[in-house]
Amino acid sequence: MKRRQFVKKSMMGSLASVLGMNIVYGSSMPENYTLLGLQDPDPFKMFELDSSMLVLNNRPWNIEAQAHLLDDKVTPNSRMFIRNNGLIPKEIDEKNWTLTIDGESVKEARSFTLEELKSNFKTHSYQLTLECGGNGRSEFDPPAKGNQWTVGAVHCAKWTGVRLKDVLNEVGILEDAVYIGYHARDVHLSGDSSKEPISRGVPIAKALQDETLIAFEMNDGPIPLAHGFPLRLVAGGWPASASGKWIDRISIRNKEHDGSKMQGSSYRVPKNPVAPGEKVDEKDMEVIESMPVKSLITNPKSGAVFELGRTLDIRGHAWAGEQAVAKMEYSIDFGSTWSECNLERPANRLAWQHFRASIEFPETGYYEIWARATDSNGKSQPMLVPGWNPKGYLNNACHRIAVKVT
Amino acid sequence: MGFAIVLFLIAGFWLIRFLPEETASNEKKTDLNEDPNRIENGIHVRTGLVDDEGLMTVVANCTACHSAQLVTQNRMNEERWNATIRWMQETQNLWDLGDNQEIIVNYLVKNYPPIEKGRRENLKNIEWYDLDPE
Repeated sequence: MKRRQFVKKSMMGSLASVLGMNIVYGSSMPENYTLLGLQDPDPFKMFELDSSMLVLNNRPWNIEAQAHLLDDKVTPNSRMFIRNNGLIPKEIDEKNWTLTIDGESVKEARSFTLEELKSNFKTHSYQLTLECGGNGRSEFDPPAKGNQWTVGAVHCAKWTGVRLKDVLNEVGILEDAVYIGYHARDVHLSGDSSKEPISRGVPIAKALQDETLIAFEMNDGPIPLAHGFPLRLVAGGWPASASGKWIDRISIRNKEHDGSKMQGSSYRVPKNPVAPGEKVDEKDMEVIESMPVKSLITNPKSGAVFELGRTLDIRGHAWAGEQAVAKMEYSIDFGSTWSECNLERPANRLAWQHFRASIEFPETGYYEIWARATDSNGKSQPMLVPGWNPKGYLNNACHRIAVKVT
Repeated sequence: MGFAIVLFLIAGFWLIRFLPEETASNEKKTDLNEDPNRIENGIHVRTGLVDDEGLMTVVANCTACHSAQLVTQNRMNEERWNATIRWMQETQNLWDLGDNQEIIVNYLVKNYPPIEKGRRENLKNIEWYDLDPE
């Protein structure tokens, strides 16, 4: 027996005695999976994160990037935000993992092993923008409840898998199907196995889009544990919570899915605008669908100091939920004047688009560079924090960085 | 050997979570290295919570399922802290807090009240650096 394996095995044994329980499948855990059930205190090692990632919460894990960490065209694993509602599953047995399609509106429930999914259906890859519905929550006044995300709960990775629509076509769904809801193996924070930490979904039209995947790869490798290994539903352009991790079941529903975090104020906003802090009745709330237009300046990092006469090159990404970004602008005078950026087409629908611009500054001093994207429907990012809502979702206010010209 | 120490620490933390409140506060007097409820600069080191009346009631009731970071990140008034507790009781298996609810909410409202931010705040904590030469 190799030393490392021996150490791992004996550690498992000791852990079992510490916890007073057996670790099921302990010996078949993936190499990098030791200790997760204990919420290892070093997320940087455990999740292989860039050292500048920001940990908002360690139970459950909620970790975000910073704008300058998101400079890559395709977000690398180490810089992708992690948003968990519950605890990462303790046991993952890839060989025996199945995905079941069931629900009121399925012709006949059916299960697939991972191998069957991979061999029975064509594989597709897309770059897909996933943004947490609560990205930017920290700016709302009065403060909204939850993890106080700033700007870094967004990423655009390359996802590979089979189309959900191909699987649903094969299984057969009834005409009254209106929604799909995922179910997964993550563990409720209370440990109650009868409760799901999160079970959300999307309307059937979104489920049947080409880009809606049942993914088994991310950035050309197995999906990392924190991002949903071995199977994740990926519905780009929608709140990332619609893209369920560790999924083992998708229910075809004849009504709006009513799983955990589909109701109350979770991932919902008032149907009609409300005053900041106003109480909103549950019946006056609706589920968030497409995310709004937004952008980030990813280079330079905020705080750059340089000499007058230098042309400053800026770059970043813009995205617009279901829409494309039609125009990208920047301002160095707090919105008095705007200049257009060079904007690339997306790699595919629902991928973020890259922009760049070269800026000359008229005199020395403190400047803020503000970025504003406009979507294909003509909607632009507001400069102020948009409409208040009880849980602080959908803050797509312009991103800005500070620079000093000396 | 290294593993034994790690395991000892893990076991310690694990057990501490289930210690009753009184035992936990008595331990303040023990060796700092072994005291899980050490206070430094007015902060309960293990959780990051402000040291104030009701601290250990908050630690005992509010950090069993989620980390204290979910508390310290948030700012709410009395009504909304109470509503949050209600939501956790309805969906997250939080128990009936009884008389402790008032202690907890008083602590939260005093130490984690709403901060007025307006429609857009100034950029804060800017780390200035020289941009590399072109």
